[in-house]
Amino acid sequence: MPAFLTPELGLIFWQLVIFLLVLFLLAKFAWKPILSSLKEREDSIESALRMADQAKIEMQQLKAGNEKLLADARLERDRMMQEATVMANQHRETERARATAEANTIIQQAREAIQQEKNAALAEVKNTAAKLSVDIAERILRRELAEPAAQTQLVDSYLKDVKLN
Amino acid sequence: MKHLLSVLLCFLSLSVFANEPANEASKEEGFNPGEMILHHIGDSHEWHWLATDNGSFTTYLPIIAYRPGKGLSVFSSKRISNGEAEGPAKEYDGLKLEHEHLVSTDGSKVYDFSITKNIAALIGSAVLMLVIFTAVARGYAKNHGRAPKGIQSFFEPIIVFIRDEVAKKNIGPKYERYMPYLLTVFFFIWFNNLLGLTPGAANLSGNIAVTMVLALMTLVITLASSNKYYWAHIFATPGVPKPLLPIMIIVEVIGIFTKPFSLMIRLFANITAGHIVVLSFISLVFIFKSWAVAPVTLAFGLFINILELLVALLQAFIFTLLTSMYIGGAVEEHHDADLQIGYNEDGTAPHAAH
Repeated sequence: MPAFLTPELGLIFWQLVIFLLVLFLLAKFAWKPILSSLKEREDSIESALRMADQAKIEMQQLKAGNEKLLADARLERDRMMQEATVMANQHRETERARATAEANTIIQQAREAIQQEKNAALAEVKNTAAKLSVDIAERILRRELAEPAAQTQLVDSYLKDVKLN
Repeated sequence: MKHLLSVLLCFLSLSVFANEPANEASKEEGFNPGEMILHHIGDSHEWHWLATDNGSFTTYLPIIAYRPGKGLSVFSSKRISNGEAEGPAKEYDGLKLEHEHLVSTDGSKVYDFSITKNIAALIGSAVLMLVIFTAVARGYAKNHGRAPKGIQSFFEPIIVFIRDEVAKKNIGPKYERYMPYLLTVFFFIWFNNLLGLTPGAANLSGNIAVTMVLALMTLVITLASSNKYYWAHIFATPGVPKPLLPIMIIVEVIGIFTKPFSLMIRLFANITAGHIVVLSFISLVFIFKSWAVAPVTLAFGLFINILELLVALLQAFIFTLLTSMYIGGAVEEHHDADLQIGYNEDGTAPHAAH
């Protein structure tokens, strides 16, 4: 067999020793940090991409939410305005009704008061007239007994007194 | 793959055929392409950079030899290197070199643990890998959470490719445990393939001892991480009629070993073949001793060299891919889509195989 086809013991030995040494050193000081940094970087890129996607979706959701909120607000405003109009109308109506009722009451009361006063005044007039009549009649009766001329005179003077009661 | 192997075999036989006349010719012309090529792809105890008319530039590497009874001897290979000189091999401490092979003068057993050219290149590439990849790792610490920069951004796509296209696809969810081995083996093969193409450098990844160790590691990792489904598939291959099982078990058990064996041969043959082809085109200049062949040599040599740059990456990728496929087969949770052939013994239709 030609020499170059025969594996030499020395080279086998050194190749084994040096290769294993290189394998160990590179595994420890090169491949481990390199592969872990590569992995770390890939993971961070992947997570960044995923986060960007998520942010995009969130953004869309937010935008949709905002629009919904805006539409809701608009609807609410319309509803509120309508409600307010209705309420204001109602309020006005009730106020008007209440005022009318109050006014009616006052008028009624006034009317009643007037009626009462009128009745009282009439009653007093009647009383006074009766009293005067009785008084006059008493005095006439008293005087008649003395002289008729003087009686008439007396009635006149009494009437004069009575005039401004 | 088959093509490259046959190319290799062609060149092997060529060099053998060429050896006969060349041996005689070398005495007159001093050039033997077969010998030169085998010397270049082989290992040696000194690092021969280049030779000029005034001599050659050589780094003598340490010899470390262990002999039972005599113990360890360590000395420079300069003491036993003959260099370019002819004559009997120099001896030192009872050791001498015989065709780049360390032997003892008294014929006793020698265990050669010398730092040869290949081992020096191995240490060099190991240091280079450590420097480069710790620098890459520092880049990750420095640019934490930011875009990669410099050397980090050059290697990141390759590392990510190995992780996503090779490990994740073939091993599945348990891929993370095997990433250090896959990355190390990929860059080790790639770097050494490229370094091997550098002029003056060693042919490390085209050495069968190196590819053997790598393939054995893949085998050990595969077997260590194998689960019951893997063994069930080997000893009770689903869909195989019972009488055929003994044959299938033998085939499957052999398959356990042929897989890493093919890894070993594939890498070795591809890289060695590439070197042989490049060197052969360069040798043409010396064989024909004419300027006329220069364009041919240059064009083909350049073409093959560029092809080899591609092969360097490709072989590293294939080794890593196949390793992860073997591991994936061993850790797979259950076998789906196993092809059913024929009917069960009792003639019923085959049930779904799991």
